[in-house]
Amino acid sequence: MKRNSIAIVGAAETTKLGKIPELSQISLHADAALNAMTDCGLKPSDIDGVACSMEWPTHIAHYLGITPKWVDGTSVGGCSFMLHVRHAAAAINAGLCETVLITHGESGKSLIGKFRPPVLPTHLQGQFELPYGPMGPPTLFTIPVLRYMKDMGLTHEQLANIAVVQREWAAAHPRASFRDPITVEDVLNSRMIAYPFHLLECCLVTDGGGALILTSAERAKDFQTKPVYIRGTGESVETPMISQMESFTSSRAFRVSGRQAFESAGIQHSDVDHLMIYDAFAHLPIFGLEDLGFVKPGEAGDFIWERNTAPGGKLPMNTNGGGLSYMHSGMYGMYALQESVRQMRGTSPAQVEGATLSVCHGVGGMFGASGTIVMTNDPSSS
Amino acid sequence: MSNPFKPLPEATPETKPFWEATQKDELHIQQCNDCASHYFPPRPFCPSCGSRNVAWKKASGKATLFSYVINHLKNPSYDGPYSIAVVQLEEGPRMMSNIVNCDQTPEALILDMPLEVTFERMSDDINLPQFQPAKQ
Ligand SMILES: [Zn+2]
Repeated sequence: MKRNSIAIVGAAETTKLGKIPELSQISLHADAALNAMTDCGLKPSDIDGVACSMEWPTHIAHYLGITPKWVDGTSVGGCSFMLHVRHAAAAINAGLCETVLITHGESGKSLIGKFRPPVLPTHLQGQFELPYGPMGPPTLFTIPVLRYMKDMGLTHEQLANIAVVQREWAAAHPRASFRDPITVEDVLNSRMIAYPFHLLECCLVTDGGGALILTSAERAKDFQTKPVYIRGTGESVETPMISQMESFTSSRAFRVSGRQAFESAGIQHSDVDHLMIYDAFAHLPIFGLEDLGFVKPGEAGDFIWERNTAPGGKLPMNTNGGGLSYMHSGMYGMYALQESVRQMRGTSPAQVEGATLSVCHGVGGMFGASGTIVMTNDPSSS
Repeated sequence: MSNPFKPLPEATPETKPFWEATQKDELHIQQCNDCASHYFPPRPFCPSCGSRNVAWKKASGKATLFSYVINHLKNPSYDGPYSIAVVQLEEGPRMMSNIVNCDQTPEALILDMPLEVTFERMSDDINLPQFQPAKQ
């Protein structure tokens, strides 16, 4: 992709976040979509491309009254939106469409009209994982961590500390679900969910949604919003089975996606002012920091402990509080993208002063998939 | 057997030899005749080199504990907290298992400890491989 040739011109979350029992899942998509259109002064008739996950693009286009000439229904879990951004940028560059709407809505808490494709008893997961009694992501996504702790020397306190630091960021966000400070002791004393993970090391469960609108950098100049340019992108998938990951101390999908994003953006790690790493569970920032190459394998626990990613640190990370404190409807990637956009617009309640480059890294389907987006507000620096 | 958190597996034509072997309390995996790698889960070709020239063979049933969690969420199929583990077979592939016939505590479940296969009868068709601490 040509650097900075595509821009995000519209971005918004649902009007409410948290508990929204009055809206079904498809209306959460629509609420976020209409807010993003209002943000950049567009109507449904101005949109000619639609991307979404879990709901089919057919459902969303019809519901919103859009006549698309390009759609993408890539559904690889919570990072699907990073892949939508990447695919939309390519489609706009190729002339397939001009203005793409990416929507997300999820009734994760209220479960109104929520659809998740089932794992069948004939699927490999159905035959070789589910009979061992896993109860969703808290008992699957978390399995690699004891191996990581033994091989890399990560301590329980360092794992707990990730939730503590992210709560510090959440304190600045009026829309974050949890904003009160917590200590490492609080985390370690919270209810055990799946050893070694305590409640406060696991993501929230909420309702919500978000939407993005992308167009060419050329056209972006005509919009009322400050354009946020797509400087680089990456994506990959590995396996839907956590038991079959090639390593338990590193994610292949993270490494492949991250490398593509950094190389296509032509950036060094020292160029990055702001970082989002999808944190459904406390260990994900550890894997992300290492697999994206910000630190060497085994160093991320110390790096976070030494407050490098905390407010005032040299690498502000998960500045909305993340899936651990801000919100997590099940597919958190859209909310990470929204915070990167806010940081690049200069409008985050936890604004990193003078930030011009943001990396937003997502994970999907346990460690099954990954997408990475590099954004900038300064298209001249390439 | 309607617990959605311990559903009964259903064999497909490609995995049938695996489930048939478990009926004799044997763990069978596949090996590539071209590149010699062992692999799991079952499929009619080698995921390392793409060759269809593959064969079933009986695994030793020996493994080590690679990683795990101890689930504290209530599951009607288990009495109290239980391990959900990934074990590393002697032949190389990894598979999921509960670690059975031992305390479900971090003190009893030590990474890299030797394990051996055993079987849990779930139905007439399904005799689920499980792993327990090796008896020397
Ligand atoms: Zn082979």
